[in-house]
Amino acid sequence: MQWESWSAFWDMGGFAPFVWGSYGVTLLLVVGELILVVRRRRDTVRRLLRLRRANAAGAGGRRAFEEIVE
Amino acid sequence: MMKDMHKPERSKSLFRFAAPQMFYPLAGRLAPWFAGIAAILAAIGLWLGFFVAPTDATQGDVYRVIYIHVAAAWMSMFVYMVMAFWSFVGLVMNTRLSFIMSQALAPTGAMFCFVALLTGSLWGKPTWGAYWVWDARLTSQLLLLFLYLGFMALTRAIEDPRRADKAGAIIALVGAVNVPIIYFSVKWWNTLHQGASVSLDKAPSMATTMLTGMLVMALAAWAYTIAVTFWRVRSLILERERHTDWVAAELNALEGKI
Amino acid sequence: MSRALGPFTAVLGRDLLLAWRGRADVLVTLAFFVVVVCLFPFGVGAEPNQLRAIAPGVLWVAALLSTLLSLHRLFAQDHADGTLEQLLLTPEPTVLWVVAKICAHWIATGLPLVVVAPGLALLFDVEQGALGVLILSLALGTPILALLGAVGAALTLGLRGGGMLLALLVLPLFVPVLIFGAGAVDAYLSGVGAQAHLLLLSGGLLATLALAPLACAAALRIAVE
Repeated sequence: MQWESWSAFWDMGGFAPFVWGSYGVTLLLVVGELILVVRRRRDTVRRLLRLRRANAAGAGGRRAFEEIVE
Repeated sequence: MMKDMHKPERSKSLFRFAAPQMFYPLAGRLAPWFAGIAAILAAIGLWLGFFVAPTDATQGDVYRVIYIHVAAAWMSMFVYMVMAFWSFVGLVMNTRLSFIMSQALAPTGAMFCFVALLTGSLWGKPTWGAYWVWDARLTSQLLLLFLYLGFMALTRAIEDPRRADKAGAIIALVGAVNVPIIYFSVKWWNTLHQGASVSLDKAPSMATTMLTGMLVMALAAWAYTIAVTFWRVRSLILERERHTDWVAAELNALEGKI
Repeated sequence: MSRALGPFTAVLGRDLLLAWRGRADVLVTLAFFVVVVCLFPFGVGAEPNQLRAIAPGVLWVAALLSTLLSLHRLFAQDHADGTLEQLLLTPEPTVLWVVAKICAHWIATGLPLVVVAPGLALLFDVEQGALGVLILSLALGTPILALLGAVGAALTLGLRGGGMLLALLVLPLFVPVLIFGAGAVDAYLSGVGAQAHLLLLSGGLLATLALAPLACAAALRIAVE
């Protein structure tokens, strides 16, 4: 084990802002990207479902839509 | 009308996954595994980096930034190469999935590029005394970020997906040819202007545990990239194939759940 | 030989004629170059030693920006009036007339910069011997910019906000040219000799001349498809 105490670990030999800043920002970016990816999937599916409903409800669209489905 | 084109083929070869319809479920099944591998590897790598690896004799503990900095820098370059590879495959074989892959990779590559720059400058402040030095590595990393941004901006600016695919592929290939040229020219420029450049990861005696930690973190970044890319590919595929029967069926299954 | 070059000279002649008729545009590019260069002393101060030190970089960056500014004109007009589509439909090799168009574009926009640059260098009190190196580096470097820029211009053809996008796409690719171009003058001034830089620029010009038109032709086909 490298560290004498937890406070020494968090202090990083006096370089805490740089080390934890780097790791913190990286974590933030990774989590942010994951959220964006999940949201993108949700938005895509929702939009496509909406698009389908709109097509189906449109004037004369219902029959055309059913033809496509079949 | 599109029915025949998207009938699942019974061929046993791996190439059947080149069809978006076949790749979509595969990506969905594999992505969580890669995400899990990434989390485990990152945990191991960080444990090695923070608790096993010794303090660097010259730089002190600030060198521990290396575990993300180098992993991110490697990954950003590797991802650009993979993007260029898929672009090439797409242009030669005209497979839509290849273009989708390269577009799904770009944001993650850009993210790693940004991480490498940011951690590089945070590491640079205590070691060089400045957040930014026009060092050959940092500078080419910055230009790589611009290449990523250009690729993403171009593929997003073109509305026709087929044109966007091919135009993006061309700029990715042009960029890939230029990356080594940029690197060597910047290196040349840098040595002329500053004498011997200060190198970040030339720690005089790199302990084996440090190196192992770095490699494990690089593998974690690799697995993470695959997971995120696969998830992104799935959204892109749904969007592109929205007029097909199988997407309609998939939407039926998803209705009310999302 | 002359038959094979027929389409080349035809397109070259036509584009040069068009450039001559629209020479106001060409002059605007040139004026932009001059104005940008003249802005720098106001920004950094008129200390002669400092001006001498930054002169090669300033001239090169300004040349790069002027090139960028005129790039969108390379294919835009032909795209708008349908000439581009006609050209793509002809049996002549696309690369041939693409090179002709880029040549004409460089003669109309790049060559004037090369001619004017030494005069501007004098404003920065650059020593006379370096002027030759500056001219040579610009003469070798600006065609590379035009060739690389043509790929970007073809990719962004007809897009909304194409100008900014074009800048984002090609500026990173221009960096090596900037390094060796401005570096040539610096190297001469510092007594190292500019030969290595100029040779690298020549090599770069040959390589881009071989590769960029192919990418440009492919990009044009995609844009018009």
